[in-house]
Amino acid sequence: MSSVLFDSPGPKARIRHRIYGAAGLLAFAALIGFIVLRFADEGQFDGKLWSWLQYETVQLELLSALGNTLRAFAAGAVLALVFGAIFAAGRLSDHAIFRVPSTVIVEFFRAVPLVVMIFFFHFGISLGAPFYSVVLGLTLYNGSVLAEVFRAGVLSLPSGQGEAAYAIGMRKTQVMQTVLLPQALRAMLPAIISQLVVLLKDTALGFLITYEELLRYARFLGGIAEFGRPLVPITIVVAAMYIVMCLALTGLAKYLEGRNRRNKKAPIPDKKPDDVVLANEPMN
Amino acid sequence: MDVLFDNLDLYGPGFLTTIELFALAAVGSLILGTILAMLRVSPVPVLRAGGTTYVTLFRNTPLTLIFFFFAFAFPLLKIVQIDFFVSAVVALTLYTSAFVCEVVRSGINTVPVGQAEAGRAIGLTFGQILASIVLPQATRSVVPPMVSTMIALIKNTTIASGFSVVEAGAIQSYLSERGYSVMIGLLWVALGFVILVIPMTLLQRSLEKRWSVAR
Repeated sequence: MSSVLFDSPGPKARIRHRIYGAAGLLAFAALIGFIVLRFADEGQFDGKLWSWLQYETVQLELLSALGNTLRAFAAGAVLALVFGAIFAAGRLSDHAIFRVPSTVIVEFFRAVPLVVMIFFFHFGISLGAPFYSVVLGLTLYNGSVLAEVFRAGVLSLPSGQGEAAYAIGMRKTQVMQTVLLPQALRAMLPAIISQLVVLLKDTALGFLITYEELLRYARFLGGIAEFGRPLVPITIVVAAMYIVMCLALTGLAKYLEGRNRRNKKAPIPDKKPDDVVLANEPMN
Repeated sequence: MDVLFDNLDLYGPGFLTTIELFALAAVGSLILGTILAMLRVSPVPVLRAGGTTYVTLFRNTPLTLIFFFFAFAFPLLKIVQIDFFVSAVVALTLYTSAFVCEVVRSGINTVPVGQAEAGRAIGLTFGQILASIVLPQATRSVVPPMVSTMIALIKNTTIASGFSVVEAGAIQSYLSERGYSVMIGLLWVALGFVILVIPMTLLQRSLEKRWSVAR
């Protein structure tokens, strides 16, 4: 294997690499071993602490908490996409009346921490059910980021695309709708889905304002004495659930990216792919 | 205005703690993230796998969950006793490292292999290639996204407020105790973050323009 940093290894280097590999393996094993030992010493693997998994009520409640997480995600995702589309159009507008306010709004909501926004809606103006505050916060923040993604997508297209459309007499709206947007959406689909992963993770902030989502339920279950306060086991289970959900979304993004690359009709952005990827590394 | 000036004793230390959290976690995650990136681009498969596993796990876990772990579950394991501030720094560092690692790695990957091969062909040593060919180009493409990662980090410090570290995000609970309007108070917090973040965004934009490599 040859990369920028390393030449293909010769016989000496191969031996050295094997030694590094063994040392690394030992270090990782020691780290994991220490953690497992700690868990075992404190009795985190005791059957009692995992017994809650067998109860049907607990399983159903866990599922309903997962449902709440997904509900906030779905509502937030749809609204954020709409918000992003509107404000990307605003930022790309030729009229300063639309462009300037859109820019200010997008920059503002990108700069304010999501927690502060959610607290503002929940404690500040008391929107009522925590669900609304969570979804509104997710929409405004991720919508603003998505607006930037859409805009970058349109701007990354070869300029000839728009020029050709203008040349055959299309108006700006037509150029956008029939030429630029379809291509930009396709090129940006992986970036959009990566942002949705961020949105999914951010639903966990609902925990802070007592929205009954996965973490809230984990906190509740972790305090039940009857199960031996299984905080560590439930944290592990909930973490696994988040990781699986996010990996599924990431997998979808990778699949779409691969399909885009194979498809000859897919637009070729003006910039090199790596630059585009770097520019669109989602804000976590 | 009253809400801000009457409670300067809250806002001052609050934002100071935010900046402290940010500075410590930034240094920590830049170090850990760079080490992880080195693991991920190393020629040794075991080290690569280790780095990849770390990044996959932490990138796909909500930061709130990591805070949750350190606030509630970690004390049960009785490894070391740490206070909330330290655990907040640790949680932020562990989470941000995964993102720093990806930025560094993709930065190294933007340098075409041919560049290093050309360096080897004219007889440069590994150190020379790294110092005068690869790193300068990698840095140029890395700094703008690294600034975004740091902006995300400074905003993420607010999650600590939900887990009892007194910083800018926690101001609202004190305001309501003192009987001031939480809404106005949080607007000031939001404004404070805009003031912290906008210069970083401007820096990022100008670096992106000035440093974009013409290839």
